[in-house]
Amino acid sequence: MNLSIKHLFGLEGVPKEDIDSILDTAFSFREVLERPIKKVPTLKGVTVVNLFFENSTRTRISFELAEKRLSADTVNFSAASSSLTKGESLRDTIQNLFAMKMDVVVMRHPVPGSVKLLAQFVDAVIINAGDGTHEHPTQALLDMMSIKEKYGSLNGLNVAIIGDIRHSRVALSNIFGLKTMGANVLLCGPPTFIPYGVESLGVKVTYNLDEALGFADVVNILRIQRERQGKGQIPSLREYRNVYGVTQQRLSKLKRPITIMHPGPINRGVEVDSDVADSEHSIILHQVLNGVAVRMSILYLLAGGR
Amino acid sequence: MNFKMKSHLMDELALKRTITRLAFEIVERCKGTENMRIIGIRTRGEFLAKRIARKIEEVEGVSIQVGILDTVMYRDDFRIKKQLPAIELTDIPFEVDGKILVLVDDVIYTGRTIRAAMDALMDFGRPSAIQLAVLIDRGHRELPIKADYIGKNVPTSDNEEVRVRMKESDGKDEILLVEVDQ
Repeated sequence: MNLSIKHLFGLEGVPKEDIDSILDTAFSFREVLERPIKKVPTLKGVTVVNLFFENSTRTRISFELAEKRLSADTVNFSAASSSLTKGESLRDTIQNLFAMKMDVVVMRHPVPGSVKLLAQFVDAVIINAGDGTHEHPTQALLDMMSIKEKYGSLNGLNVAIIGDIRHSRVALSNIFGLKTMGANVLLCGPPTFIPYGVESLGVKVTYNLDEALGFADVVNILRIQRERQGKGQIPSLREYRNVYGVTQQRLSKLKRPITIMHPGPINRGVEVDSDVADSEHSIILHQVLNGVAVRMSILYLLAGGR
Repeated sequence: MNFKMKSHLMDELALKRTITRLAFEIVERCKGTENMRIIGIRTRGEFLAKRIARKIEEVEGVSIQVGILDTVMYRDDFRIKKQLPAIELTDIPFEVDGKILVLVDDVIYTGRTIRAAMDALMDFGRPSAIQLAVLIDRGHRELPIKADYIGKNVPTSDNEEVRVRMKESDGKDEILLVEVDQ
């Protein structure tokens, strides 16, 4: 049951056997979340520090809940209220924290690759909670768990990822994970949001939303970061919605219903309409619950023996 | 790891008779089946629990729900084992409050699995009692735990192991006592 990886930096290069173990264990942990007493003693005595150098609601609460459900001790750190504002370097801050004996670090940081740097100077299990525009592996794992829950397997499924692929760590981790698990991946968005040469990762690209919806069993709709409009990437939110918004009108033209996913937070009426996001084919709220289970699974599999 | 056969403890027929006796004892002691629920500990305890439940259904003409418990999340030996144990699904499809829970496992040895199982059950509510049924009691307890229903008492030494094989997982029913070279 031991994983071949020691840290979770990203899903690039993570073998299928590891992803299978993580997802299977996650389904077992999800049962704990439905018990009257939602806590097990599995990681008693393990200390986890949540280092968040960027804002986060969902991911941070999800990690913290996962840690608490496993009886780990947790310490939270957010950059804004720390000594970093007094000029202490990242390395000093982290080495001081680890002098206090931490076992696991969950880190979100705006710089791609920062988690790998961290591994060079601390002896702890490191879990990436998002490093810039690079990877967000736990989000992709919970997405895959939610798809697997509905379809039983990822192999041969058609998954379309729609929206701002270029700035999305969720998209990149999903591409690596889904390809490893044998799914077919199609990316869709305006050309300014599709990275040059992305086909080399084994995915297809279309600029036509109806074509993407026609291809897909599952669509994963990414959030349009409002701060990007007016910088020459999309003309306006209204135009984006008209061309790339997933609406009931577009879906009703399809021959069969498709499953709707979104990593949140949702801009209702921009990338997806409310009636689509709340429809019976949406598994958005399953994704949130599965997120806690998948993080419990990773914590157990990486830190269980410590 | 080499091992050599010491003795054949039960064959298919003996196992069937033992399960029948355990089923009768459980029903008698719980005064029927209304407040009683059966929970098997993964892996072979689950198969045994289902066989005992089927026997009780046959005799009492009722339907018995069986829960499945995985105790790994509650174990105390993660730190001393090299290989991390896999966590499998727990499925207890009924309320446990006020019920007599009969835990079923194949072999009782140190008692640590049963300790973990009892801790787990307490997280599902407040049963009126927890009882324990095992196929083989091989002694060597490290905790103050005792089974209520025992298929067979087998005195063993530490370098021996009880191998329970069941049709559901191993293709045939038999119980062996083997000696293991450490």
